[in-house]
Amino acid sequence: MKLINLVLLAIKALQRNKLRAFLTMLGIIIGVASVITIGAIGNGSTISIHRSLSGLGSNLITILPNSNVPGGARLQGADVETLTFKDITAIKQHAVYVAYVSPSSQAKGQVINGSLNWPTTINGVNSDFLTIRNLSVQDGISFSERDIRTYAKVCLLGKTVVKNVFPKGVNPIGKVIRFNKIPFQVIGVLAPKGQNTFGQDEDDVILSPYTTVQKRIVSSIYFGSIYASAKSEDLSDQASKELTRIMRASHRLRDNADDDFVIRTQEELIKTLSSITNLLTYLLTGIAAISLLIGGIGIMNIMYVSVVERTKEIGLRMSIGARGIDILSQFLAEAVIISVAGGLIGIILGEGLGYMIFHLLKWPPVVNTTSILVSFSFCTVIGVFFGYYPALKASRLDPIEALRYE
Amino acid sequence: MNNKILELNDIKRHFQMGTEVVNALKGVSFDVYAGEFVTIMGSSGSGKTTLLNTLGCLDKPSEGTYSLDGINIGLLNRDQLAKLRNEKIGFVFQAYNLLPRTSALENVELPLFYNPSVSAAERKERAIAALEAVKLAERMYHMPNELSGGQQQRVAIARALVNEPVMILADEATGNLDTRTSYEIMALMQELNQSKGKTIVFVTHEPDIAAFSGRTITLRDGRVMKDNTNENKRDAKEMLASLPVTEDY
Repeated sequence: MKLINLVLLAIKALQRNKLRAFLTMLGIIIGVASVITIGAIGNGSTISIHRSLSGLGSNLITILPNSNVPGGARLQGADVETLTFKDITAIKQHAVYVAYVSPSSQAKGQVINGSLNWPTTINGVNSDFLTIRNLSVQDGISFSERDIRTYAKVCLLGKTVVKNVFPKGVNPIGKVIRFNKIPFQVIGVLAPKGQNTFGQDEDDVILSPYTTVQKRIVSSIYFGSIYASAKSEDLSDQASKELTRIMRASHRLRDNADDDFVIRTQEELIKTLSSITNLLTYLLTGIAAISLLIGGIGIMNIMYVSVVERTKEIGLRMSIGARGIDILSQFLAEAVIISVAGGLIGIILGEGLGYMIFHLLKWPPVVNTTSILVSFSFCTVIGVFFGYYPALKASRLDPIEALRYE
Repeated sequence: MNNKILELNDIKRHFQMGTEVVNALKGVSFDVYAGEFVTIMGSSGSGKTTLLNTLGCLDKPSEGTYSLDGINIGLLNRDQLAKLRNEKIGFVFQAYNLLPRTSALENVELPLFYNPSVSAAERKERAIAALEAVKLAERMYHMPNELSGGQQQRVAIARALVNEPVMILADEATGNLDTRTSYEIMALMQELNQSKGKTIVFVTHEPDIAAFSGRTITLRDGRVMKDNTNENKRDAKEMLASLPVTEDY
């Protein structure tokens, strides 16, 4: 039989029971729509994590102190005193893959302006820090090398701090605030960054020259951490290896000694987080795929019922000249049409749903052609696979018995 | 006109029912020539249905040879039989066997779907012509449930005509109809036989219906008991006219 005739016959047969065809399709529609939506959400969340981490500076490399003393009370990383200005100098001198480097000396405390006060963190850094962390000064100016040299009591305020210690409408530039009783002059306000991936408010910060913080607040020559940025995102790995070498040399560690510091690149963090979302995506897609399978079993079930119900029709078709293969292909075509039509509707529905979710979460819209292609071909396979056996049963009916079937 | 359409030569058919062998046909021989209108009569158990299945190429004889339009069906396989049915036989059943929720036109078109040499346009054209032949062209878009029993049977006859078969094989085609409608169907059959020269083999158990044909073959216990030409063949149109007009009409 000609293919066009086959498709025509199958469509006509399906039209005779539209509701049933639709209900059968529904299993496939839901399965495909959920596979596509979940795939899209997984994709979108990976992209969104990547994007928000890149906001921290995608080339960012963090060096943290690490205790390498075996036994005894293990100290928290920040309390271990291994990072010094010597390391910064060494990195600046020797590192090829590193563009910027800044020490960081943090302290918690209360910031006071007149009758208003606010608990926050002061971060002692150099002027490279702004570049490394993708920060910018919205109003005023950043501090200079001279400010660092002279232990100047100047600071840059994050938006959250400004909001809490200055009444509305007051320009903080030039004003003097106190942090743990030490007066600082506000020379600039940072552009807002909002929350990071972990829900921390990145605007709740005061930046000051590291020399000032070290000398006047923490009274320590050690840094809590060192921030650096690789020349490009691709060079993160090389930069990280290079930094390890330089730091080990700077700390005069023997070959068999463990590192007394930890180097973290943004790349690793992205990988770790992505692997979690990927795992979840695979898991959920797997569950959605099961619903697709159940949809396929639904098709098989209905095709069986249909073959029994239409036994007389099959007998008639055979008596007027349908061969076994004609009957087989007709029922197979019906199953494939149901599953492919269901697949198409499912794809449209899934993409629409994905688009809606992306819109609500303000993610960049992505159309995943792979999941469309995969679910579409999967549908065809399901149609053939689950339609074949009932169709075979139909094609093997004896025309005499089928005609007399009541 | 003297070419043989059917040639049955000592047809035997036995079935294995468990341990017993049932002999449904015990040696049936007769020929049917083109343009004949033959009725096959017989009570239940006479082998009528088995013979019909054999004539319709739905079944093959256990012994003996059956040739349809010169083709020995004993030599054909399942698919070749299907092709033969498609090209040579037009079936008319007792229960009409129309596809539900499918228009009269589409029902009539159905056999041509299985004939790859017929295009879509030709299919429709021929189906309309067949419906015209049974005087139902104006109902071609009606569904079977919108047609009366007689009209449904006429659609079925149109379906049997559409592939221009060498033989129309009717199985108790008037069994579900009242007298008047039965006569109408028989009048149509006679017309197709006389004016279009169609060969018709009509299986029935009603002598009343058999009287409309030119020849009656009576089966009994798997054998041909009588094979006689009807001397005083009745004309269905006249019978129809002579029927009293009842209150219902």
